[in-house]
Amino acid sequence: MQELLLIAVGAALVNNVTLSQFLGICPFLGVSKKVETATGMGVAVLFVISLASLICSLIYDHILVPMDLAYLQTIVFILVIAGLVQFVEMFLKKSIPSLYTALGVYLPLITTNCAVLGAALTNVQEGYGLVESVVNGVGISAGFLLAITLMAGVREKIAENEGIPKSFQGSPIVLVTAGLMAIAFCGFSGLI
Amino acid sequence: MNKYIERIYNGIIKENPTFVIMLGMCPTLATTTSAINGFGMGVATTAVLIFSNMLIAALRNIIPEKVRIPAYVVVIASLVTIVDLLMQAFAPRDLYNALGIYIPLIVVNCIIMGRAEAYAAKHAPLLSAFDGIGMGIGFTCALTIIGFCRELIGAGSVFGYTIIPDDFHVGIFVMAPGAFLVLACLTALQNKLKAPSATNLTKEERAKKKLAGEPEGCTGNCQSCMLHAEEIVEKKIELKKADCPKTDAVSDREGGNR
Repeated sequence: MQELLLIAVGAALVNNVTLSQFLGICPFLGVSKKVETATGMGVAVLFVISLASLICSLIYDHILVPMDLAYLQTIVFILVIAGLVQFVEMFLKKSIPSLYTALGVYLPLITTNCAVLGAALTNVQEGYGLVESVVNGVGISAGFLLAITLMAGVREKIAENEGIPKSFQGSPIVLVTAGLMAIAFCGFSGLI
Repeated sequence: MNKYIERIYNGIIKENPTFVIMLGMCPTLATTTSAINGFGMGVATTAVLIFSNMLIAALRNIIPEKVRIPAYVVVIASLVTIVDLLMQAFAPRDLYNALGIYIPLIVVNCIIMGRAEAYAAKHAPLLSAFDGIGMGIGFTCALTIIGFCRELIGAGSVFGYTIIPDDFHVGIFVMAPGAFLVLACLTALQNKLKAPSATNLTKEERAKKKLAGEPEGCTGNCQSCMLHAEEIVEKKIELKKADCPKTDAVSDREGGNR
Protein backbone atom coordinates (compact mmCIF):
# COMPACT_ATOMS: atom_id res chain seq x y z
CA MET A 1 0.00 0.00 0.00
CA GLN A 2 2.74 2.40 0.99
CA GLU A 3 4.60 1.61 -2.22
CA LEU A 4 1.54 2.42 -4.31
CA LEU A 5 1.14 5.73 -2.51
CA LEU A 6 4.78 6.54 -3.19
CA ILE A 7 4.33 5.77 -6.89
CA ALA A 8 1.23 7.97 -7.12
CA VAL A 9 2.76 10.93 -5.26
CA GLY A 10 6.01 10.56 -7.17
CA ALA A 11 4.22 10.59 -10.52
CA ALA A 12 1.86 13.44 -9.67
CA LEU A 13 4.12 15.88 -7.84
CA VAL A 14 7.81 14.97 -7.81
CA ASN A 15 8.18 13.96 -11.45
CA ASN A 16 5.28 16.02 -12.74
CA VAL A 17 4.59 14.91 -16.28
CA THR A 18 4.53 18.36 -17.88
CA LEU A 19 6.65 20.49 -15.61
CA SER A 20 9.59 18.15 -15.17
CA GLN A 21 9.19 15.46 -17.87
CA PHE A 22 8.00 17.81 -20.64
CA LEU A 23 5.35 15.41 -21.87
CA GLY A 24 2.03 16.81 -23.02
CA ILE A 25 3.47 20.29 -23.47
CA CYS A 26 1.24 20.91 -26.47
CA PRO A 27 -2.13 20.68 -24.68
CA PHE A 28 -0.55 22.34 -21.66
CA LEU A 29 0.19 25.43 -23.76
CA GLY A 30 -2.62 25.08 -26.27
CA VAL A 31 -5.73 24.46 -24.15
CA SER A 32 -4.98 26.48 -21.02
CA LYS A 33 -6.60 29.83 -21.76
CA LYS A 34 -9.68 29.18 -19.65
CA VAL A 35 -10.01 27.15 -16.47
CA GLU A 36 -13.15 25.47 -17.76
CA THR A 37 -11.63 24.06 -20.96
CA ALA A 38 -8.37 23.27 -19.18
CA THR A 39 -10.17 21.18 -16.58
CA GLY A 40 -12.12 19.41 -19.31
CA MET A 41 -8.91 18.57 -21.11
CA GLY A 42 -7.28 17.43 -17.85
CA VAL A 43 -10.15 15.11 -16.98
CA ALA A 44 -10.20 13.66 -20.51
CA VAL A 45 -6.45 13.00 -20.26
CA LEU A 46 -6.97 11.42 -16.81
CA PHE A 47 -9.57 9.10 -18.29
CA VAL A 48 -7.49 8.09 -21.32
CA ILE A 49 -4.16 7.66 -19.52
CA SER A 50 -5.67 5.51 -16.78
CA LEU A 51 -7.38 3.29 -19.33
CA ALA A 52 -4.33 3.18 -21.62
CA SER A 53 -2.05 2.22 -18.71
CA LEU A 54 -4.38 -0.64 -17.83
CA ILE A 55 -4.72 -1.97 -21.38
CA CYS A 56 -1.07 -1.51 -22.36
CA SER A 57 0.10 -3.21 -19.18
CA LEU A 58 -2.20 -6.17 -19.85
CA ILE A 59 -1.05 -6.43 -23.47
CA TYR A 60 2.62 -6.18 -22.54
CA ASP A 61 2.47 -8.76 -19.75
CA HIS A 62 0.17 -11.27 -21.41
CA ILE A 63 0.84 -10.96 -25.14
CA LEU A 64 4.16 -9.28 -25.90
CA VAL A 65 6.36 -10.87 -23.21
CA PRO A 66 5.11 -14.49 -23.59
CA MET A 67 5.53 -14.24 -27.37
CA ASP A 68 8.96 -12.65 -27.05
CA LEU A 69 7.86 -9.54 -28.93
CA ALA A 70 8.74 -6.92 -26.32
CA TYR A 71 10.72 -4.94 -28.88
CA LEU A 72 7.46 -4.17 -30.70
CA GLN A 73 6.15 -2.20 -27.72
CA THR A 74 6.31 1.23 -29.36
CA ILE A 75 4.30 0.22 -32.43
CA VAL A 76 1.79 -1.80 -30.45
CA PHE A 77 1.25 0.86 -27.79
CA ILE A 78 0.70 3.73 -30.24
CA LEU A 79 -1.81 1.70 -32.25
CA VAL A 80 -3.58 0.47 -29.12
CA ILE A 81 -3.83 4.02 -27.78
CA ALA A 82 -5.15 5.41 -31.07
CA GLY A 83 -7.71 2.62 -31.33
CA LEU A 84 -8.64 2.96 -27.68
CA VAL A 85 -9.39 6.66 -27.98
CA GLN A 86 -11.62 6.05 -31.00
CA PHE A 87 -13.37 3.22 -29.20
CA VAL A 88 -13.88 5.24 -26.00
CA GLU A 89 -15.33 8.07 -28.05
CA MET A 90 -17.84 5.78 -29.75
CA PHE A 91 -18.69 4.00 -26.50
CA LEU A 92 -19.32 7.24 -24.62
CA LYS A 93 -21.41 8.64 -27.46
CA LYS A 94 -23.70 5.60 -27.39
CA SER A 95 -23.83 4.70 -23.72
CA ILE A 96 -23.03 7.69 -21.51
CA PRO A 97 -24.08 10.81 -23.46
CA SER A 98 -23.70 13.08 -20.43
CA LEU A 99 -20.01 12.19 -20.07
CA TYR A 100 -19.59 12.49 -23.83
CA THR A 101 -20.92 16.04 -23.80
CA ALA A 102 -18.34 16.93 -21.18
CA LEU A 103 -15.29 15.14 -22.62
CA GLY A 104 -16.12 14.30 -26.24
CA VAL A 105 -14.60 17.47 -27.64
CA TYR A 106 -11.21 16.73 -26.15
CA LEU A 107 -10.92 13.02 -26.89
CA PRO A 108 -9.80 13.19 -30.56
CA LEU A 109 -7.13 15.69 -29.54
CA ILE A 110 -5.53 13.20 -27.18
CA THR A 111 -4.96 10.41 -29.71
CA THR A 112 -1.29 11.07 -30.22
CA ASN A 113 -0.61 13.01 -27.05
CA CYS A 114 2.90 12.11 -25.96
CA ALA A 115 1.89 11.93 -22.29
CA VAL A 116 -0.28 8.87 -22.99
CA LEU A 117 2.45 6.97 -24.80
CA GLY A 118 4.95 8.25 -22.25
CA ALA A 119 2.90 6.82 -19.38
CA ALA A 120 2.61 3.41 -21.06
CA LEU A 121 6.34 3.30 -21.79
CA THR A 122 7.31 4.44 -18.28
CA ASN A 123 5.25 1.60 -16.81
CA VAL A 124 7.16 -0.91 -18.91
CA GLN A 125 10.56 0.67 -18.24
CA GLU A 126 10.01 0.70 -14.48
CA GLY A 127 8.77 -2.90 -14.61
CA TYR A 128 5.45 -2.11 -12.96
CA GLY A 129 2.77 -4.78 -12.62
CA LEU A 130 -0.89 -4.24 -13.41
CA VAL A 131 -1.96 -2.43 -10.22
CA GLU A 132 1.21 -0.35 -10.09
CA SER A 133 0.77 0.63 -13.74
CA VAL A 134 -2.76 1.88 -13.18
CA VAL A 135 -1.74 3.77 -10.04
CA ASN A 136 1.19 5.30 -11.91
CA GLY A 137 -1.13 6.25 -14.80
CA VAL A 138 -3.63 7.89 -12.46
CA GLY A 139 -0.78 9.70 -10.69
CA ILE A 140 0.70 10.99 -13.94
CA SER A 141 -2.62 12.25 -15.22
CA ALA A 142 -3.56 13.77 -11.85
CA GLY A 143 -0.30 15.70 -12.08
CA PHE A 144 -1.24 16.85 -15.56
CA LEU A 145 -4.72 17.92 -14.42
CA LEU A 146 -3.17 19.87 -11.54
CA ALA A 147 -0.61 21.59 -13.75
CA ILE A 148 -2.97 22.55 -16.56
CA THR A 149 -5.67 23.84 -14.18
CA LEU A 150 -3.15 25.94 -12.24
CA MET A 151 -1.75 27.24 -15.52
CA ALA A 152 -5.21 28.22 -16.79
CA GLY A 153 -5.92 30.03 -13.53
CA VAL A 154 -2.73 32.04 -13.87
CA ARG A 155 -3.34 32.74 -17.56
CA GLU A 156 -6.81 34.16 -16.89
CA LYS A 157 -5.11 36.72 -14.64
CA ILE A 158 -2.28 37.35 -17.13
CA ALA A 159 -4.81 38.17 -19.84
CA GLU A 160 -6.00 41.15 -17.78
CA ASN A 161 -2.48 42.46 -17.21
CA GLU A 162 -1.35 45.22 -19.54
CA GLY A 163 2.16 45.72 -18.19
CA ILE A 164 3.74 42.89 -20.16
CA PRO A 165 6.38 44.00 -22.72
CA LYS A 166 5.11 43.67 -26.26
CA SER A 167 7.52 40.98 -27.41
CA PHE A 168 6.69 38.87 -24.34
CA GLN A 169 2.93 38.90 -24.92
CA GLY A 170 1.36 35.63 -25.97
CA SER A 171 3.33 32.42 -25.64
CA PRO A 172 6.61 33.81 -24.18
CA ILE A 173 4.93 34.98 -20.99
CA VAL A 174 3.12 31.63 -20.76
CA LEU A 175 6.47 29.85 -20.99
CA VAL A 176 7.95 32.10 -18.30
CA THR A 177 4.96 31.22 -16.11
CA ALA A 178 5.55 27.54 -16.82
CA GLY A 179 9.20 28.01 -15.85
CA LEU A 180 8.22 29.59 -12.53
CA MET A 181 5.71 26.80 -11.90
CA ALA A 182 8.44 24.27 -12.66
CA ILE A 183 10.67 25.94 -10.06
CA ALA A 184 7.84 25.65 -7.55
CA PHE A 185 7.39 21.96 -8.41
CA CYS A 186 11.14 21.43 -7.86
CA GLY A 187 10.27 22.03 -4.20
CA PHE A 188 8.46 18.69 -4.13
CA SER A 189 11.64 16.79 -4.95
CA GLY A 190 12.45 16.24 -1.27
CA LEU A 191 9.06 14.62 -0.70
CA ILE A 192 10.12 11.04 -1.42
CA MET B 1 19.13 26.98 -57.26
CA ASN B 2 19.11 23.22 -57.56
CA LYS B 3 15.81 22.02 -56.10
CA TYR B 4 17.51 19.42 -53.89
CA ILE B 5 19.89 21.97 -52.40
CA GLU B 6 16.91 24.29 -52.00
CA ARG B 7 15.10 21.71 -49.79
CA ILE B 8 18.13 21.53 -47.50
CA TYR B 9 18.45 25.32 -47.31
CA ASN B 10 14.72 25.51 -46.64
CA GLY B 11 14.95 23.04 -43.74
CA ILE B 12 17.95 24.65 -42.08
CA ILE B 13 17.18 28.36 -42.49
CA LYS B 14 13.87 29.30 -44.06
CA GLU B 15 11.56 26.87 -42.30
CA ASN B 16 13.74 25.71 -39.43
CA PRO B 17 11.47 23.32 -37.50
CA THR B 18 12.46 24.60 -34.06
CA PHE B 19 13.27 28.27 -34.50
CA VAL B 20 10.74 29.15 -37.21
CA ILE B 21 7.90 26.64 -37.29
CA MET B 22 8.19 25.69 -33.60
CA LEU B 23 7.31 22.03 -33.93
CA GLY B 24 8.38 19.18 -31.68
CA MET B 25 8.65 21.17 -28.48
CA CYS B 26 8.67 18.17 -26.14
CA PRO B 27 12.07 16.79 -27.24
CA THR B 28 13.40 20.33 -27.66
CA LEU B 29 12.70 21.07 -24.01
CA ALA B 30 13.51 17.69 -22.57
CA THR B 31 16.73 16.60 -24.26
CA THR B 32 18.71 19.83 -24.45
CA THR B 33 20.29 19.56 -21.01
CA SER B 34 23.66 19.42 -22.76
CA ALA B 35 24.91 19.99 -26.30
CA ILE B 36 25.75 16.34 -26.83
CA ASN B 37 22.29 15.15 -25.69
CA GLY B 38 20.64 17.63 -28.03
CA PHE B 39 22.89 16.47 -30.86
CA GLY B 40 22.07 12.80 -30.18
CA MET B 41 18.34 13.46 -30.19
CA GLY B 42 18.68 15.50 -33.38
CA VAL B 43 20.54 12.73 -35.18
CA ALA B 44 18.01 10.08 -34.08
CA THR B 45 15.12 12.26 -35.27
CA THR B 46 16.90 13.03 -38.55
CA ALA B 47 17.33 9.33 -39.30
CA VAL B 48 13.64 8.67 -38.73
CA LEU B 49 12.63 11.78 -40.68
CA ILE B 50 14.64 10.95 -43.81
CA PHE B 51 13.37 7.40 -44.09
CA SER B 52 9.78 8.18 -43.09
CA ASN B 53 9.62 10.95 -45.70
CA MET B 54 11.09 8.65 -48.32
CA LEU B 55 8.79 5.70 -47.53
CA ILE B 56 5.65 7.78 -47.23
CA ALA B 57 6.44 9.57 -50.50
CA ALA B 58 7.00 6.22 -52.19
CA LEU B 59 3.71 4.87 -50.81
CA ARG B 60 1.71 8.05 -51.37
CA ASN B 61 -0.27 6.65 -54.30
CA ILE B 62 -0.98 3.34 -52.57
CA ILE B 63 -2.18 4.56 -49.17
CA PRO B 64 -5.91 5.39 -49.30
CA GLU B 65 -6.73 8.96 -48.29
CA LYS B 66 -8.96 7.97 -45.36
CA VAL B 67 -6.51 5.74 -43.50
CA ARG B 68 -3.39 7.75 -44.23
CA ILE B 69 -2.78 8.90 -40.65
CA PRO B 70 -2.76 5.36 -39.15
CA ALA B 71 -0.63 4.22 -42.08
CA TYR B 72 1.89 7.00 -41.44
CA VAL B 73 1.93 6.14 -37.74
CA VAL B 74 2.79 2.51 -38.51
CA VAL B 75 5.61 3.51 -40.86
CA ILE B 76 7.01 6.03 -38.38
CA ALA B 77 6.69 3.68 -35.38
CA SER B 78 8.55 0.90 -37.23
CA LEU B 79 11.39 3.28 -38.11
CA VAL B 80 11.56 4.56 -34.54
CA THR B 81 11.82 0.99 -33.26
CA ILE B 82 14.71 0.35 -35.66
CA VAL B 83 16.50 3.53 -34.55
CA ASP B 84 15.88 2.67 -30.90
CA LEU B 85 17.42 -0.80 -31.31
CA LEU B 86 20.38 0.60 -33.28
CA MET B 87 21.06 3.21 -30.62
CA GLN B 88 20.79 0.60 -27.89
CA ALA B 89 23.49 -1.39 -29.69
CA PHE B 90 25.87 1.29 -30.96
CA ALA B 91 25.31 4.64 -29.23
CA PRO B 92 27.34 5.53 -26.12
CA ARG B 93 25.63 4.16 -23.01
CA ASP B 94 25.46 7.54 -21.26
CA LEU B 95 23.76 9.15 -24.23
CA TYR B 96 21.24 6.33 -24.61
CA ASN B 97 20.38 6.48 -20.90
CA ALA B 98 20.10 10.28 -20.94
CA LEU B 99 17.68 10.24 -23.87
CA GLY B 100 15.79 7.30 -22.35
CA ILE B 101 12.06 7.44 -22.98
CA TYR B 102 12.35 10.29 -25.47
CA ILE B 103 13.67 7.99 -28.21
CA PRO B 104 10.47 5.91 -28.50
CA LEU B 105 8.55 9.17 -28.15
CA ILE B 106 9.93 10.31 -31.52
CA VAL B 107 6.80 8.54 -32.82
CA VAL B 108 4.61 11.38 -31.58
CA ASN B 109 7.01 14.16 -32.61
CA CYS B 110 4.96 16.63 -34.64
CA ILE B 111 7.83 17.37 -37.03
CA ILE B 112 7.74 13.90 -38.50
CA MET B 113 3.98 13.70 -38.89
CA GLY B 114 3.92 17.33 -40.03
CA ARG B 115 6.46 16.78 -42.81
CA ALA B 116 4.69 13.59 -43.88
CA GLU B 117 1.41 15.47 -44.20
CA ALA B 118 2.73 18.73 -45.59
CA TYR B 119 5.46 17.53 -47.92
CA ALA B 120 6.05 13.80 -48.39
CA ALA B 121 2.42 13.05 -49.24
CA LYS B 122 2.63 15.34 -52.27
CA HIS B 123 6.18 14.97 -53.62
CA ALA B 124 8.53 12.39 -55.13
CA PRO B 125 10.57 10.10 -52.82
CA LEU B 126 14.03 11.56 -53.55
CA LEU B 127 12.88 15.15 -53.10
CA SER B 128 11.07 14.17 -49.88
CA ALA B 129 14.22 12.46 -48.61
CA PHE B 130 16.15 15.70 -49.19
CA ASP B 131 13.39 17.58 -47.38
CA GLY B 132 13.91 15.15 -44.49
CA ILE B 133 17.67 15.76 -44.56
CA GLY B 134 17.17 19.53 -44.51
CA MET B 135 14.57 19.48 -41.73
CA GLY B 136 16.65 16.97 -39.77
CA ILE B 137 19.82 19.05 -39.99
CA GLY B 138 17.82 22.15 -39.04
CA PHE B 139 16.39 20.35 -36.01
CA THR B 140 19.79 18.93 -35.00
CA CYS B 141 21.45 22.36 -35.26
CA ALA B 142 18.69 23.97 -33.22
CA LEU B 143 18.84 21.33 -30.49
CA THR B 144 22.63 21.48 -30.34
CA ILE B 145 22.60 25.29 -30.09
CA ILE B 146 19.97 25.30 -27.33
CA GLY B 147 21.80 22.48 -25.54
CA PHE B 148 25.10 24.37 -25.89
CA CYS B 149 23.62 27.52 -24.29
CA ARG B 150 21.96 25.60 -21.45
CA GLU B 151 25.10 23.57 -20.76
CA LEU B 152 27.32 26.65 -20.82
CA ILE B 153 25.16 28.69 -18.44
CA GLY B 154 23.97 25.82 -16.27
CA ALA B 155 27.00 23.57 -15.94
CA GLY B 156 29.75 25.88 -17.20
CA SER B 157 30.97 23.35 -19.72
CA VAL B 158 31.19 22.90 -23.48
CA PHE B 159 30.59 19.36 -24.79
CA GLY B 160 31.45 18.04 -21.33
CA TYR B 161 34.66 20.06 -20.76
CA THR B 162 34.24 22.43 -17.83
CA ILE B 163 35.45 25.94 -18.62
CA ILE B 164 33.62 28.04 -16.02
CA PRO B 165 34.42 27.38 -12.34
CA ASP B 166 31.75 25.93 -10.08
CA ASP B 167 30.92 29.17 -8.31
CA PHE B 168 29.57 30.79 -11.45
CA HIS B 169 27.13 28.08 -12.57
CA VAL B 170 23.44 28.90 -12.76
CA GLY B 171 22.30 25.38 -12.04
CA ILE B 172 18.64 26.04 -12.79
CA PHE B 173 19.37 26.15 -16.53
CA VAL B 174 20.18 22.45 -16.78
CA MET B 175 17.08 21.61 -14.76
CA ALA B 176 13.48 21.60 -15.98
CA PRO B 177 12.63 25.29 -15.33
CA GLY B 178 15.64 26.41 -17.38
CA ALA B 179 14.19 24.77 -20.48
CA PHE B 180 11.00 26.80 -20.20
CA LEU B 181 12.90 30.03 -19.60
CA VAL B 182 15.22 29.47 -22.58
CA LEU B 183 12.27 28.71 -24.83
CA ALA B 184 10.44 31.79 -23.51
CA CYS B 185 13.39 33.99 -24.51
CA LEU B 186 13.52 32.30 -27.89
CA THR B 187 9.84 32.92 -28.65
CA ALA B 188 10.10 36.50 -27.36
CA LEU B 189 13.01 37.06 -29.73
CA GLN B 190 10.91 35.65 -32.52
CA ASN B 191 8.04 37.98 -31.72
CA LYS B 192 10.48 40.88 -31.66
CA LEU B 193 11.93 39.98 -35.05
CA LYS B 194 8.48 39.15 -36.42
CA ALA B 195 9.75 35.84 -37.75
CA PRO B 196 7.05 33.62 -39.19
CA SER B 197 6.13 30.97 -36.66
CA ALA B 198 3.20 29.00 -35.40
CA THR B 199 3.10 31.07 -32.26
CA ASN B 200 2.90 34.64 -33.47
CA LEU B 201 0.62 34.50 -36.49
CA THR B 202 -3.15 34.71 -36.48
CA LYS B 203 -5.27 32.62 -38.78
CA GLU B 204 -5.78 35.50 -41.23
CA GLU B 205 -2.07 36.30 -41.35
CA ARG B 206 -1.30 32.69 -42.10
CA ALA B 207 -3.80 32.64 -44.96
CA LYS B 208 -2.35 35.88 -46.35
CA LYS B 209 1.19 34.50 -46.23
CA LYS B 210 0.04 31.35 -47.94
CA LEU B 211 -1.48 33.36 -50.77
CA ALA B 212 1.73 35.33 -51.16
CA GLY B 213 3.69 32.08 -51.33
CA GLU B 214 5.84 32.94 -48.31
CA PRO B 215 6.69 30.41 -45.59
CA GLU B 216 3.60 30.54 -43.44
CA GLY B 217 5.01 28.75 -40.44
CA CYS B 218 3.01 25.82 -39.17
CA THR B 219 -0.40 25.62 -40.75
CA GLY B 220 -1.74 23.84 -37.71
CA ASN B 221 -3.52 21.13 -39.65
CA CYS B 222 -1.96 18.07 -38.08
CA GLN B 223 -4.41 15.99 -36.15
CA SER B 224 -2.28 15.77 -33.07
CA CYS B 225 -1.13 19.39 -33.01
CA MET B 226 -2.25 21.37 -30.01
CA LEU B 227 -1.14 24.81 -31.05
CA HIS B 228 -4.57 25.54 -32.40
CA ALA B 229 -6.46 23.21 -30.13
CA GLU B 230 -8.22 26.06 -28.35
CA GLU B 231 -9.75 27.21 -31.64
CA ILE B 232 -10.85 23.68 -32.47
CA VAL B 233 -12.37 23.08 -29.04
CA GLU B 234 -14.26 26.38 -29.02
CA LYS B 235 -15.56 25.82 -32.51
CA LYS B 236 -16.78 22.35 -31.58
CA ILE B 237 -18.47 23.59 -28.42
CA GLU B 238 -20.19 26.30 -30.46
CA LEU B 239 -21.32 23.76 -33.01
CA LYS B 240 -22.66 21.51 -30.30
CA LYS B 241 -24.63 24.32 -28.69
CA ALA B 242 -26.06 25.30 -32.04
CA ASP B 243 -26.78 21.71 -32.94
CA CYS B 244 -29.89 21.38 -30.79
CA PRO B 245 -32.16 23.95 -32.52
CA LYS B 246 -30.59 22.93 -35.86
CA THR B 247 -29.92 26.31 -37.36
CA ASP B 248 -29.39 25.99 -41.09
CA ALA B 249 -26.23 28.07 -41.35
CA VAL B 250 -24.44 26.12 -38.63
CA SER B 251 -25.39 22.65 -39.79
CA ASP B 252 -24.28 23.66 -43.27
CA ARG B 253 -20.91 24.64 -41.90
CA GLU B 254 -20.65 21.38 -40.00
CA GLY B 255 -21.52 19.42 -43.11
CA GLY B 256 -18.80 21.27 -44.97
CA ASN B 257 -16.23 20.30 -42.36
CA ARG B 258 -16.96 16.65 -42.76
